[in-house]
Amino acid sequence: MIKVSNLEKSYGEVKALKGISLEVEKGELFGLIGPDGAGKTTLMRILVTLLLPDSGSATMDGLNVVDDFRKIRKMVGYMPGRFSLYPDLTVEENLQFFATVFGGTIAANYHLIKDIYIQIEPFKNRPAGKLSGGMKQKLALSCALIHAPKVLILDEPTTGVDAVSRKEFWEMLNKLRHQGITILVSTPYMDEANLCDRVALIQNGTILSIDSPKNITKSFAKKLFGVKVETTAQRFECVGLLKELDGIDSVFSFGESIHITSNQKDINEVNVKEYLNNKGHQGILVEKIEASIEDVFMELMQNEAN
Amino acid sequence: MRTILYLLQKEFIQVFRNKAMLPIIFIMPLVQMLVLVFAATMELKKVDITVVDLDLSETSTRLTSKFEASSFFHLTRAQLSPAETDQLLMKGTADVVVTFPSGFEQDLKRNDQASIQILVDAINGSAAELSNAYLQTVIGSYNMKIRAEMMGVPKFTPPQQVSVIPSYWYNPELNFKFYMAPGVLVILVTIIGLFLSSLNLVREKEMGTIEQLNVTPIKKYHFIIGKMMPFLIIALLDLTFGLLVAKLVFGLPFRGNILTLYVFTSLYLFLVMSLGLFVSAISDTQQQVLFVSFFFMIVFIIMSGLFTPVESMPLWAQNLDMINPVYYLIRIIRNVVLKGSGLFDMTRELLYLSLYGLTMFSLAVWRYRKTV
Repeated sequence: MIKVSNLEKSYGEVKALKGISLEVEKGELFGLIGPDGAGKTTLMRILVTLLLPDSGSATMDGLNVVDDFRKIRKMVGYMPGRFSLYPDLTVEENLQFFATVFGGTIAANYHLIKDIYIQIEPFKNRPAGKLSGGMKQKLALSCALIHAPKVLILDEPTTGVDAVSRKEFWEMLNKLRHQGITILVSTPYMDEANLCDRVALIQNGTILSIDSPKNITKSFAKKLFGVKVETTAQRFECVGLLKELDGIDSVFSFGESIHITSNQKDINEVNVKEYLNNKGHQGILVEKIEASIEDVFMELMQNEAN
Repeated sequence: MRTILYLLQKEFIQVFRNKAMLPIIFIMPLVQMLVLVFAATMELKKVDITVVDLDLSETSTRLTSKFEASSFFHLTRAQLSPAETDQLLMKGTADVVVTFPSGFEQDLKRNDQASIQILVDAINGSAAELSNAYLQTVIGSYNMKIRAEMMGVPKFTPPQQVSVIPSYWYNPELNFKFYMAPGVLVILVTIIGLFLSSLNLVREKEMGTIEQLNVTPIKKYHFIIGKMMPFLIIALLDLTFGLLVAKLVFGLPFRGNILTLYVFTSLYLFLVMSLGLFVSAISDTQQQVLFVSFFFMIVFIIMSGLFTPVESMPLWAQNLDMINPVYYLIRIIRNVVLKGSGLFDMTRELLYLSLYGLTMFSLAVWRYRKTV
């Protein structure tokens, strides 16, 4: 459905995209995972015809994003990263407006947005600017869907949204996918990657890996340990100590615990714990864990840097 | 076509939901018409004149009372030394000081010639010239009279002279308000045309709503027209309102066809709105738009002939007025309102405004990019 090959884009000196290629199947929920400044927004803006690429090509449903931009605009629903509806128009007026500029009506495609819109309908006479973050996103999604697009492109739809709304939002995306809409969604949250059919890990304008979340975590070849400590101060010290330990490839602080990777046979739960105990740290818990997307991302980033 | 209607509907909802809008539409024209037209007058009234009569003869007192009789002057008599006279002007208590030297009448009778000293505060050059000219007229007619008297010619056969009886056309009473009001109407529609529409467009950029709008199939000219129409209608409404105020408050005569006025004003608005939208197409913030538009408006208005006649500007400046839309509309409105000119009396202007407007509009549409 979406085909991107060797796409490049620079802003002056800064290369935002350094030759990106990817393919998204019809009806797929595809995630672009990467930190801020990775190039996710640039890629999306090229796809929705707001930006022209320097080189390379991109097509959607066989339509070229540069030459067939008029047709593309009719078949794509776009939700920018920044709230872009009219804050002085009400919920209903916004929806009405976007339905009509695409030449349709709310009623015609109401089935697509029903599940989402029903949640904000009680506030339909409220100006969009006065909605909460989660409701704004639901309205924006409704407005992006109201012309029944074949492809939905969502730029960080869950950034700045509370945990409950985030969960609901992803459930809605899942439903939409079952209705046959192809969805390309970007997010800086690694935990959301597992909710996608396939993801592309993107960093500094290059794609590090494309696969299903399961295969991506499976591809993690090294041994991974989680080290739990008691206090924050202790965690900082242990990170430093573990970096000095021979046979350890990487040490990252992951929220409350520390993730370490190793290829060496003689590194295991027991001797890592002993090492820290000998250095004067008690109450340490070390266990072998399954890699998450974030672990893979860190690993790939490190390889890239080397 | 339907898209334009939806865009217009949206714009109108937004315009009237903006709390500042109604005062702008109704209070602004009222204040401008009532304050500017009365305040921005070049008519000279109540010039403070001090007469220092060192002669105190019949001739000098009679001339003094002639000055006094004029509504133009506010007269004070004083006996002052030349140094004190200077002080009067210095302090600003007098605008003009007329001094009759002692022996004024005697000189006149013996030598057929006598001098009066007139000192005029000329900080405001045009006011000074006007005061002086008026004094000269009074003195001149008095001169004529006493010459006749001294020559002993009977009253029925005055000395031969060319008499001038001016007939002022189109504004016979030389009512300055009739001259100003059309100009103020132009300022009114310019503010709405140039500022409101361009600020409106750039606000979409500032709020980011343009990003969502740009991925819709809306055509560029749809969008630009959608931004123009509401303010065109508001501006024409304000023009009507302003004309009504002018008619009711100071009895502005309306000799021309009101439709002619609307045709020209619409063309003019099309032009300045295109200019405004062009400015906002190349700007990113409301601040930038405001400053650039302000710059244009000040230059346009000062050079337009609203306050100072264009004919007295240097030739290069007059040529520059070729591209000054305000200059055209002020002339057109004055002609329509006071002279009763019709569309076909001003075909050159009609053609010119249309071409100029189309050029600006194309420029605005061309420069407005849906891609960034």
